[in-house]
Amino acid sequence: MEVTAHQHHPGCGHVHVCWGGGDAHAHHHRLEVSNLTVSYREVLALEDINFSTECGRSIALIGPNGAGKSTLLKALAHLITPDRGQVLWKGLRMEKSSHEIAYLPQRGDVDWNFPITVRGLVEMGRYPNLGLWKPYSRHDAEIVERALAAMELLDLQKRQISALSGGQQQRTFIARALAQEAHVLLLDEPFTGLDKPSQQSLHRLFRELTKEGRLLIASHHDLQSVPEIFDDILLLKRKQLAFGPVKEQFTEARIKEAYES
Amino acid sequence: MTTFTDFLSEPIAKRALLACALLGFSNGFMSAFVVLRKSALKMGTLSHGLLPGIALAVLLVGLTAWSALAGALFAALFIGLGSIFMSRTSRLDQDTSMAILYTTAFAGGLILLQHVATRQKLDEWLFGSIAGMSDSDLWVAFGTSVIAVLTLTALQRPLLIYLFEPNVAASLGVPVRLLNYSLFGIMILLLLSSLQAVGCILSVGLMVTPGAAAYLLSDNPRLIFLGGGIIGAFGSVVAFFLSYPLGWSIGSTIVLVLGLIFLVAYIFSPRYGVLAHLKRR
Repeated sequence: MEVTAHQHHPGCGHVHVCWGGGDAHAHHHRLEVSNLTVSYREVLALEDINFSTECGRSIALIGPNGAGKSTLLKALAHLITPDRGQVLWKGLRMEKSSHEIAYLPQRGDVDWNFPITVRGLVEMGRYPNLGLWKPYSRHDAEIVERALAAMELLDLQKRQISALSGGQQQRTFIARALAQEAHVLLLDEPFTGLDKPSQQSLHRLFRELTKEGRLLIASHHDLQSVPEIFDDILLLKRKQLAFGPVKEQFTEARIKEAYES
Repeated sequence: MTTFTDFLSEPIAKRALLACALLGFSNGFMSAFVVLRKSALKMGTLSHGLLPGIALAVLLVGLTAWSALAGALFAALFIGLGSIFMSRTSRLDQDTSMAILYTTAFAGGLILLQHVATRQKLDEWLFGSIAGMSDSDLWVAFGTSVIAVLTLTALQRPLLIYLFEPNVAASLGVPVRLLNYSLFGIMILLLLSSLQAVGCILSVGLMVTPGAAAYLLSDNPRLIFLGGGIIGAFGSVVAFFLSYPLGWSIGSTIVLVLGLIFLVAYIFSPRYGVLAHLKRR
C-alpha cells in the first residue's frame, strides 16, 4: 500500500499513515467507552458498555441477534444519542461526528441502485474535510485516487455501484473511509454475503489496515472465523459479557452464555 | 392560425408562456430530488394537503400571497407532524395516518372553498389557471424558481450524500436537519407557485414526472437534476403551444405532455428502458 508519511507514535506503537498530512496527531490514540447506555423509546438496547482500546487493533462485536451490535456501532458513529455514558477518542470527548471515525453500513442497508459511480462514492469521503463550501482541490483528488488505488478500484472507478460484486462494494466503502482519513472504522457485518475469495481478500485488508494503525470495530456473526480475523472480541447481549483478546475471552463457556437461553 | 398568433402577442399569453418555462424548469429540477429521495407519494399528500390550509387562510384573513403561504405551511406541518404523532400513538403506520389526515383535510378544504369562492375560482385551485397570472404572480414564480434552483445547486454536495444514505449521512458531518428543513420549505414554495399553473391535484405530476424521466436516461445525479429541469420546461412550453389550438386546459396538457415524455424514456431509454430490459433477458 502506498503511503505518504510515516510517523512513529509511542502511544500505540504503530507506524502511522497520514494520508492527508496536516492532521495533528495526539500521542495516545485510544478509544475509551464508559457507561454507554442506549435505549430506543422505552426499550433498553445497550446497557453499561465499558471498554478501552487503541489503534492498530481489530475488534469483533459478537452476540446473538438483537444483542445491540449495530446499536453500539451507531452510537460510536454518533448516529444515535446515548442516554448515558461517554466516548473518548484520543482523550477528548467526542461531541459530534468526526472525520477520524468512519461508519460503514451493512451492505443490505445501502441503496445500490442509486446513480453514483465508485469514484463518486469515494469522493463523498472528502465531505467531512470540505464541508459545504470549500472547493474540491487537487489535494482532495489525490487522496481519493490513493484510496481507490489502495482498494484496487482504479479500473472500476467509473463504474456504477449497482454493477459491483459484493467484495467490490465492501472495498468501495472502505475506500471512502480511507478518503475520509479515518482512524477508526466501524463496520456493520462486513463479511456477510461475501463469497470465500472476497472474504479472504477482505481479511487480508483488515490485517493491512490494522498494521497501518487503524482501529477496526466490526460486528460479526460467523463465530468460526473470529480467531483468524480479529485480535479482540467484545461479547454483547445488551450488556457487555466479555471484552479482551480473542485468546483469553473467546471461550466456549462465554459463547454459550451469550447465545443460549 | 391567425387567432393563435394574435393570442401570442397578448400580454396574458406572454406571461403564461414565461410562467410555463419558469415553473416547468424549477419544478422539474426539484423533481429529481423527489425521485431520488423516493418520496413521490409523500409529495402527493403534501400537494393535496396545501388546499385546506389555503382555504382556511382565505376564510380567516382573506387571500394574499402571505396568507396562502402561511396556510399552506400550517397544513403541511399539520399533516406531516400529525401523521407521525398518530402512528406513534396507535398501531397505524405513518402512510395510513397520512392518507386519512390529508383526504379528510382535503374534503374539508373543498367544502370551505365552495363557500368562500365561486365555482370558477374553485376550479382554478384544483386545476390551475396559468392564463390568469398577473405580473406580480410571475415575479413570485420567478423568485421561487431562482431560490429553489440556487439552493439545490449550492447544496448539491451534502444533498447527494443525504439522498444516498439518509440514515448515515450525519456520520459524515452532513447537516441532515438543515437539509430537511430547507428542502421542505422549498418544496412548499414551489408547490404554492405551481398551484397556479397546474392546480393542486396535478402539481404532483409536475414535481415527479420530469425527474423520473431524467432518472431513466442518466446515471449522473447532476444531469438528472438538470435534465429534470429541461424536461419540465420543455414539456410545459410544448403544452402551452398545444393547449390553445386544441382548446385543452393548460394544466392538464402540461402534465399529459410530461407523461408522454416519460413514456418515451420508459420505453426507449438505452440503458433503463423497457426495450433494453427485454433485450437483455
